[in-house]
Amino acid sequence: MPFEELPHTADWALRVWADDLPGLLAEAARGMYALADARQAEGPRVTRRLEIQAPDAEGLLVDFLGELLYFVESERLAFDELNELQVEGFRLQVEGFRLQVEMTGAPLRSIGKEIKAVTYHNLQIKETARGLEVEIVFDV
Amino acid sequence: MNIQDLVKISDYEWEIPQSFRGDMRGPVRIFATRRLLEQIVNDKSLEQAVNATTLPGLVGAVVVMPDMHQGYGFPIGGVAATEFPGGVVSPGAIGYDINCGVRLLASSIEAEAAAPHLDALATRLDQYSPSGVGKDGMVKVSIPELERVLRDGARWALKNGYASQADLARTEEGGAFKGADPRKVSQRAKQRGRTQLGSLGAGNHFIEVDVVDEIFDQQAAAVMGLRAGRLAVQIHCGSRGLGHQVCSDYVREFQGAVQRYGIRLPDRELVCAPMDSPEGAAYLGAMRAAANFAFVNRQLLAHAARRAFEETFAGKLQGWELRQVYDITHNMGKIETHEIGGRRVKVCVHRKGATRAFGPGAPGLPPEYQVIGQPVLVPGSMGTASWVLVGTSESMTRSFGSSCHGAGRTMSRSRAKKEVRGDALRSQLERDGIHIRAGSMRGLAEEAPQAYKDVDAVVQTVSAAKIARKVARLRPLAVIKG
Repeated sequence: MPFEELPHTADWALRVWADDLPGLLAEAARGMYALADARQAEGPRVTRRLEIQAPDAEGLLVDFLGELLYFVESERLAFDELNELQVEGFRLQVEGFRLQVEMTGAPLRSIGKEIKAVTYHNLQIKETARGLEVEIVFDV
Repeated sequence: MNIQDLVKISDYEWEIPQSFRGDMRGPVRIFATRRLLEQIVNDKSLEQAVNATTLPGLVGAVVVMPDMHQGYGFPIGGVAATEFPGGVVSPGAIGYDINCGVRLLASSIEAEAAAPHLDALATRLDQYSPSGVGKDGMVKVSIPELERVLRDGARWALKNGYASQADLARTEEGGAFKGADPRKVSQRAKQRGRTQLGSLGAGNHFIEVDVVDEIFDQQAAAVMGLRAGRLAVQIHCGSRGLGHQVCSDYVREFQGAVQRYGIRLPDRELVCAPMDSPEGAAYLGAMRAAANFAFVNRQLLAHAARRAFEETFAGKLQGWELRQVYDITHNMGKIETHEIGGRRVKVCVHRKGATRAFGPGAPGLPPEYQVIGQPVLVPGSMGTASWVLVGTSESMTRSFGSSCHGAGRTMSRSRAKKEVRGDALRSQLERDGIHIRAGSMRGLAEEAPQAYKDVDAVVQTVSAAKIARKVARLRPLAVIKG
């Protein structure tokens, strides 16, 4: 598993690593669902498309996970397939990143944990020996 | 950080001087005993308190309470005042659960007489108070109606038959923050909040039936309507998905604002904006709207508790009516005037996991509490005591009129889950005579009393430091958790 839980007195923290930014986003999503103990129901699969722009990679990560949490709350959906996940740099007024992704998943059978938010606390995507690595703190 | 880095002021008060790190704009003041400090230095809470002192416009010290623990950005149990309107407001220093708070209701029912009915009462409270992850609440409203909730707070509840005038009088800010601006709350936040009014949520939120176990200040207890041996109810929850979304929206937006205003911070979660900037003013309006949502949320849950009490006790026992003692917020930014270094300064007091604790004569309190000071509600961990305190004149001069908010975690949720089994914990609590209704055994284990500090030690500290005074201790009889 390219993610692990870190000790934190009150909230949840995850360390995630992957070869590149799309991989990091996908693993962070998997880690967050695992942390929330999200379990999918049997039944028809559901697909949603998502497009996000953010001024930096950390902002993209927070917004992406925030969108997934919103799908949990608003439609009770969790996605286990992230297809055509593309991240590209773009230049508008500032440099930034654009994410496009098609996500397939299923309605939730159950979820064990309420994640209130994805925080920016000490959030920094770093290059390490195992690729890109980040520690994410969730408010629970 | 080590205890050696701290300057001891007294047995209950410590300081990290401003010289500790170059970017500090003021010192850190810690209310704690050495024993509590030894727990506190185990995590990153003091480092987070030092980071909080870098907020532009900081006035005086960042004050932290004995229940402090590591949060994200700003420590839980922290208080920071910034000069209004030139200083900054920081959403992360208030928290995602805007106006998370506690309400205390008192009855005249003798706990002994109520004992045979408590199981039925717990079942009804659980039935009438929707709880759990992402669950809808008791009331679903249209967006225009929600905007009235956000603008009017508890006055909306009064108009719609969920509250009494007496409830509003005994709610911080009368249950309605002035300056709430629903236009500054995003559509997504409104969509999330629309279906969640009157819901408990999950995590450490709860409804608890207590018995008033011991009175420490007869006069203050009498004013509050608390008598030994009688039943009381605590409700702990906040602004649900609406508040979480408001905070998330502004933390995102302020990532750019700090660059526009040239603000340098050691942690991105502390992002902030000057209160006299359009961004800062927008957040203040949205934060107050979310706070009003939380007041209505707790009011609806109080309404549900009253229904459960009536159905359980009416015709069987006298005195089942639940009268409001007080409703306090412990995650909020409030504009207040404080005397600092002999000068009266208007400030935004950020309290995150800290309770306002205004002393006698402070503005904004109902007349009866002008005399004794503001009630401070300090819920303990599950299965342990809770406390009712009052603010003091010392709290006004030493902690920006603030005190502690609970026991404070000391063990991570993952460790608690490994060390405690939810079903075993429930059996233990039930053997102790506490009726438990919990949505998830895993959630129950995370909230195990072993994961928290000793609330009695926390209260002893604020009491010895004189920033609050003991009035009554409550003992739990039934706990309803999400």
